[in-house]
Order: sequence, then C-alpha cells, then structure tokens
Amino acid sequence: MSAIELRGLTKVYPGGVKALDSLDLAIPDGEFFALLGPSGCGKTTLLRTIAGLETATGGAVVIGDRDVTGLQPGARDIAMVFQDYALFPHMNVTDNIAYPLRIKKVGRAARQQKAAEVGARLGLEQLMDRRPGQLSGGQQQRVALARVMATQAQAFLFDEPLSNLDARLRLEARTFLKKLQHELGVTTVFVTHDQAEALAMADRMAVMESGHIRQIGTPAEVFQRPANTFVAGFIGSTPMNLLDGVVRADTLEVTGCKLAVPQSAEGLLHDGEKIVYGVRPEYNVYSAEPVDGSLGGNVSIVENLGASYLVTLDVNGVLVQAVVPEGHEPAIGDEGYALPRRDRALIYRDGELVSA
Amino acid sequence: MTRFVLHRIGFYVLIAVLLAFFTVPLLWLASAPFTSDPTYKVRLPDFTSENFRAILDNPYALGSLWNSVLLAAGTAVLVVVFAALAAYALSRVHLPGRDALLYTLLLLSSIITGTAAMVPLFQLAVELHLIDSQLGLILIMTGGLLPAAIFMMKDFMDSTPKSYEESARVFGASPLQIVRHVVVPLVRPGLATIAVWAVANVWGNFLMPYLLLSDVDKQPAAVIMYTLYTEGGQANIKLLATFGLLYSVPVVLMYLFVSKKYGFRFHGGIKR
Amino acid sequence: MAQATLPPEVLDDAKARRYSADAAGLGRLRAGAFVAPALALISLFLVFPALWVLYLGLSNYRLTGAAAAAPRLVGFDNFVKALTDPEFWNSTWLTFEFVLGSAVIGQVVLGFLLAWIMRDRTGPLKRIVEGLVILAWILPSAVVSFLWVALLDRDDGTLNTLLHSQDFAPLLDHPMLSIIIFNIWRGAAFSMMLYGAALGNVPPSHLESARLAGASGWQQLRDVVFPHIRGHVLTNLLLISLWTFNDFTPFLLTAGGPDGKTEVLAVHVYQVALQGGELGYGAAVSTVILLINLVVAVFYLRLLRSKK
Repeated sequence: MSAIELRGLTKVYPGGVKALDSLDLAIPDGEFFALLGPSGCGKTTLLRTIAGLETATGGAVVIGDRDVTGLQPGARDIAMVFQDYALFPHMNVTDNIAYPLRIKKVGRAARQQKAAEVGARLGLEQLMDRRPGQLSGGQQQRVALARVMATQAQAFLFDEPLSNLDARLRLEARTFLKKLQHELGVTTVFVTHDQAEALAMADRMAVMESGHIRQIGTPAEVFQRPANTFVAGFIGSTPMNLLDGVVRADTLEVTGCKLAVPQSAEGLLHDGEKIVYGVRPEYNVYSAEPVDGSLGGNVSIVENLGASYLVTLDVNGVLVQAVVPEGHEPAIGDEGYALPRRDRALIYRDGELVSA
Repeated sequence: MTRFVLHRIGFYVLIAVLLAFFTVPLLWLASAPFTSDPTYKVRLPDFTSENFRAILDNPYALGSLWNSVLLAAGTAVLVVVFAALAAYALSRVHLPGRDALLYTLLLLSSIITGTAAMVPLFQLAVELHLIDSQLGLILIMTGGLLPAAIFMMKDFMDSTPKSYEESARVFGASPLQIVRHVVVPLVRPGLATIAVWAVANVWGNFLMPYLLLSDVDKQPAAVIMYTLYTEGGQANIKLLATFGLLYSVPVVLMYLFVSKKYGFRFHGGIKR
Repeated sequence: MAQATLPPEVLDDAKARRYSADAAGLGRLRAGAFVAPALALISLFLVFPALWVLYLGLSNYRLTGAAAAAPRLVGFDNFVKALTDPEFWNSTWLTFEFVLGSAVIGQVVLGFLLAWIMRDRTGPLKRIVEGLVILAWILPSAVVSFLWVALLDRDDGTLNTLLHSQDFAPLLDHPMLSIIIFNIWRGAAFSMMLYGAALGNVPPSHLESARLAGASGWQQLRDVVFPHIRGHVLTNLLLISLWTFNDFTPFLLTAGGPDGKTEVLAVHVYQVALQGGELGYGAAVSTVILLINLVVAVFYLRLLRSKK
C-alpha cells in the first residue's frame, strides 16, 4: 500500500509566514496526482514537506500505513526528481542510476545490472557511459526518472518535471510520463504551475493558493465545475468569462443583458443578490444573429487558435469571449451574440460556486 | 568599417601595452640566471651554468627548497581540509552568530600577519615547545590562513545548488555519505583554488619561519633568499637571480598543474 | 466539490521529531564537529596571540632594557602616544594612499579591464595574458620585489633602458607611485579572476537589449554589468583592501624610505617594534590598525547590506 495522506499539515516559517495552512489530502495508491498553483502558493513547499526536506510545524504525513512525519527523508521510502534533475556531474549515467542502490548497500555487479535494465527500459542503452553534461535535456530527464525507478520506492515526487524542457519536447514528455506512470502503477505526486500540463497528465489534482487547497478533483471536475472564482480563473487555456451580475426574479441581469439561470444554480438564488456569472469561451455558442438570453455586442478582437477562433465581444464595455469553429469567424466590428450553454454555465456567490 | 578597424587596432594596442606591463619585469628573471656575471641589466644570456653550480655549492640552498615544499604542502593540506569542513557546515547549517564570527576572525587574521604579533607568537611557541619545529610552524601558519580560506570557501559553497545534496538525502544517504559522494566532488575546483592560494602564501612567507625556526637546515627558501640578500651587506646578484629562479619554479609548476586539472577560479562557485 | 476531510478525532498535532532541515541533514551537532578543528587551531594560534597583542598594547614592554624584564601596564599611554605622533599619522595617510591607489582603484580597474577585454575570448591569447598576470601574483614576494628593484635601477634597470633615460630612479624620486604600481602589478590577478567569473554571469540578453536601445559601451557597463556584479565585487573589495592595508611587501622594495616616504603602517610597526624595540608601543599601533580595519570592514558590510 502506498497511498499518501496529509492530515492538518501546517508549515509556518520563523517570522510568521504560513506556507501551508492545515492541509488535508488523501491520494490513493497508484494515482498520478498534481499540485497546481501560481508561484508562491506553497505547492513546492508541500512537496518538500512530504519528502521530508522541510519539517512540518503541525499535522501529519502518512505514506502507506506509516506516519512518516518525524522521519528523515531517507527513511520515508520515497524518491524525488528535482526540477534541475540533480544528476551528479562527476558520475556517469550508470553510476547515477545505481546511486540509490549503492546507498542501500547493493553489491556493485547487482546494482550495475539493475541500472542497465532500468536504463534500457527508458531507451538509454547507448548513453550509459556518458556524463550528465554530455546529455540533452530530454536525456537527462530520463536518467533522473531511471534513477527513481531503480529505487523501487513506494511513492514518487516530481518537482516541475517538465519545465526544464523546451516546448516541443515538453509535449512529448507529457505523454511519455503519463504512460510510464500508468505502467509502473506507483503513487506519484508532481508539482506544476502549468494548468494545461496538470489537466493532461493528472488523474486528480489539487489547486492551491497561498498555502490553501482551493479545490481537489479530477481534471474534468476542475475544468467544468471550478469550486471558486480563483480556480475558475486559473484553469483553462482560455480564461473563463467571469461577469458581474444581479439576480432579477427568475432571470439574471449580466452586463446589461438578460440571461437564463444556469441548470446548476436553479432554485438556489435570491432575488436582488449580486453574483458572478461564469462561462468558458468554449461553452458560449456564437451567433451573428440576435438570440434571446445571450450577450450581445461588437467584435473587437479575433484570435486564431488553430482549428477555432477566440472572439472577443465588447458587451456594454465589458469584454466577453467565445470560441468559434473555423469557417464561422466574424470580422472586427461585426455584431455578435454569445449564448452560454445552460448546462455548463456557473454562478458564484462571494467567490464560491453555487450548487446543490 | 573604419570604426571596426580602429576598434581592432585599439584592442591590440591595449593588449600589447598590458602584455608589456606584465612581461617586462619578468625578463630579468629569465635572463640573469643564465648570464655569467649578471647585473641588473637585461641582456641576452650566454647560457652559462656556473651560476647554478654556485647555488649547489651553497650548503643550504637546495635543502631549503625541500623545506619550503614540506611547509607549503603540510599547511595546504590542513588548510584545505579544515576550511572545507568548516565552510560546508557554516554554509548549510545556521549556526548562531556565524557571520559576526567570520568577519571577526578575518579581521583578527590581519593582526596576526603583522609584525607586532611576532613576539606573542614567539612566546606562545616557546610555551608549547613548538620552537624550531616544522610541525609547529605548519600549525601556526594554518591558523593564520584559515579565516580567509573559510571565507572564500563558504562563498563558493553558498553558490553551489543544494539540490544535489537533497537528492542524495532523499535516496537515503547519511550526511557523511553525502559529503563524501556528492559535496567533495562538486567543490573540487574550489578546494584546488584554496590549496594553490595557501601554497603561494606559505611559499613566500619569510617572517614566521625566520622567527620560529632556529636550525638553518630547517629554514625554507624564503629565508635563504633573504640571507642571500643581506649577506655581506651587498646584494649578491648572481646568487639572488639564480636562486630566485629556482625558488619560483615549483610554485609556477604547481599552478600550471592545478589549473590544467581543475581550472583556477577563485569564484568558480558563481553560477553560470 | 468539497475537500477531502477526515473525522476530527483522527487529526492530531504531529509531535514531529526535530530533525535538521539543512540540505544534507547535518544538524547542529555534526556541523559543530565540522567547524571544531578549524576553530581549535584558530583559537590557539590566532585569537589567543591576537588578544595577547591587544593586551601588550596596554603595556610598556620592550625588547631590551628594564622594561623587557619587568613590563608595566601603562593603560592607554601608548595609544595616546600613537595618536599624537606625527610619524604615525604620516604612516596612516600613506597607507590609505596605498590602499586607495593600488587596491581600490588600481587592481580593481586593471583587473576589470583585463576581464572585460578578454571576456568572450578563448584560445592562446587569453591563456598567455592570464598566465602572465597570474605569474605576477604567484611568484614569491622576495623574488618579485627584487625583480622590481632591478627594473627600476638607476644605472642598469630595464625601465631606464626602455625610456632611454639616464639616472631616473623612480624608487627614490617617486617612491609611493613606485610601490603603488608595483602592488597593482602584483595583485591584479585576483581581481581579474573575480571579474572574469562575475562577467560570465551577466545574461547576454541584458547586454543586447541595452545595445539595441542605443547604449554605448560605457552605458552598458554602467547600467547592465555593474548592477549584476555588485555583491561579489564588494565582498572582494573588502578582502583586497584588508590585505593591502596590512601588506608588508613595500618594505622589500623601499624599506620604508627614502626618509619614511613609503613607511606604510605595516612597515611602521616593524620599525617601531623590531628595529626600535618598543614592543608595547608597536602592539598598540597594531591595535589601532585593527580598529581602522574594523571601520573599513563595517563600511563595506553596510554597503553590501544596502544592496540586498
């Protein structure tokens, strides 16, 4: 069993800065879990606290069925890949991969063989005698991965595993990592600031801000039903439209337009209250003709996204975005109407999602 | 185009001037030892070996070179080992008052190298029965060099990323294993630099051995050089030039060797 | 979607066993052990004699005569004597000239110049230039000082030959300038290496942006390079200032002369303590030197802290 559990985990730095504020988290065995958030949110601190490189001020870290909170990093049976890979420059690839086994006092022949096996699995056979300085970024990453695989630890921790790769390589590495983790079946926690990466790779994720976890869920959940406006604004390659509005009996008045109440918030709103209306550009249906219950305005910007276009409408001074499939893109200045899908639009009250 | 050419010319003129500035004083050292009956003039030598024979006749000359090697090597080893250990600990662990301590020690080390400290050092050596002891001299010189060595080494260590050590730690290595497997190989260029600096310092140090060693057979080359200087009131140019050359060669060789192997960078820890 | 929570009774305050959070897990005890050998040697052979010197400064100890056998404590008499002695102030002034001219200005400027013009080069030219500069630093003081005596000799010296001049004796006519230039020659290597490494750290993109914005070479230096290297520069200016302040080598060139014109403080202490035999007074002067060093160090540290 190698599930990871955090109970009330707190870390306060001398000087009073609260990096982690009483966090609770349960990661089941074998899951590929992402810690996502902007810089300074505490995700790396959290990872390092799980590893034991930072000591918790309060709370507990449980790995498998052991409370490891008071244990040294080396005793927790975990393996970690650092952002800069930390491959020892004076050792060749074989010795780097075999290093954890050397610490465990495995004999030289045995550990070199294991290193060769793991290296072959990741396609490193030709490089085993090279030094890290002679490897490309992608190769270095694979050596770092081979090194943690050789440990056969209960859980893996990755600190921004893809940020040191160039953009093209990053996409390939994403797929590679997800496949590898799935094959190995080892509980893995990785830290990233790139929400697209988290959505693509993780089985579940935690979105963090200022030492708190703002939402835990699968990528689909976090994308379709963000629990608060922070998550709503952070997730998604195109930012969610978050528009101020007021409840008027059984409809909504949003930036001067009349919109229907979304399915998710039916029956939960009070007349006259101020709310925030959230809908992703992908869930706005665009029309050149006026439509009831839509946001109407003039097209101010049209951006090409490849197979679709991101259209920005100026609706009574507020910018609203909608995604339009190719072939239907409007021209700047045209009149346009964005009709939000009732099954995908969301209402936020005081920053929190309104739902049953 | 002309601007570029002018730039080039200016550059090479500057280089020439700088090269001249650094080469000219050295010329005499290259020519005089090989000239019979040399003066301060730099002339084309007639490649005589009689000067070297004269040095060999001097009973203490060659022995003193060996003494210099002994003192320099002994001090360098102690300085490197102790300074590295201390600098690593000070760099990674927050010990109370460490910054104040370092700066105080640095300042005090400047007092020790001054002449006024000679008498206390002499008396201290007498008390500890370290007079006329090369080991004692090594210990004393090590003490004097350590603060600056620790200072420089700590600066170097501070710029070395911690992720290597943390990585090894998560893999289960004990602190001593980490120091052995990871830290020492990483800071080798810094260690080499400190070693060279220590050797250069000891090699040229005249005052301490002069005061603390009474047996001439134990005196290093720096002191012998000085006696050649003042023997008979007038400088014996022949012996001075020749011995000066012999005295200089080992340090230069050492520098060349170390810089080939590790590169010689005082601040190699500065991240590239 | 609510966060995963556990029933309250499971939550407990982790009585985390305190283990050290430094990178290698050394901990204070082991760190102390690492520092111990150095500290032991330093305490015995540096701190103790240094304190002794401070103590000596309060006595009238002499090398010979009655006061050698039975020295007395004279309190601050020596210090008063030093502060009212014109020779002391002469030496102090000369030392400041020496440090300012050869270290703060000379070595830094020359070292930086060398690093700057060699910055993007590799190959034999760079190696030759660096090699010669370092040679000047590596050769023992006794040798280089004699080389400069030879260079500057009135009759046969190479300088006179090059300048086709006769009877030009820089050591006699311009002693301070001679030792300043000598010290610059000797010490440039340290600064050159420092600036070489620091310059390598300036991101080329910053320099290029400045160049594209129309900045001249000098402006690039001022606005891009200097801010980047300030911290290291200050730390090392501190070191070379202290080293030069206490440097005894000028003695080998001029023996403090002619007429005390190059009697920097280190030489002055030598004259007073060992030539003149007044050890107590010499110790007091050494203490004053230490205090001046302290002021200089604090000044640098203030500058450093204000940069951070």
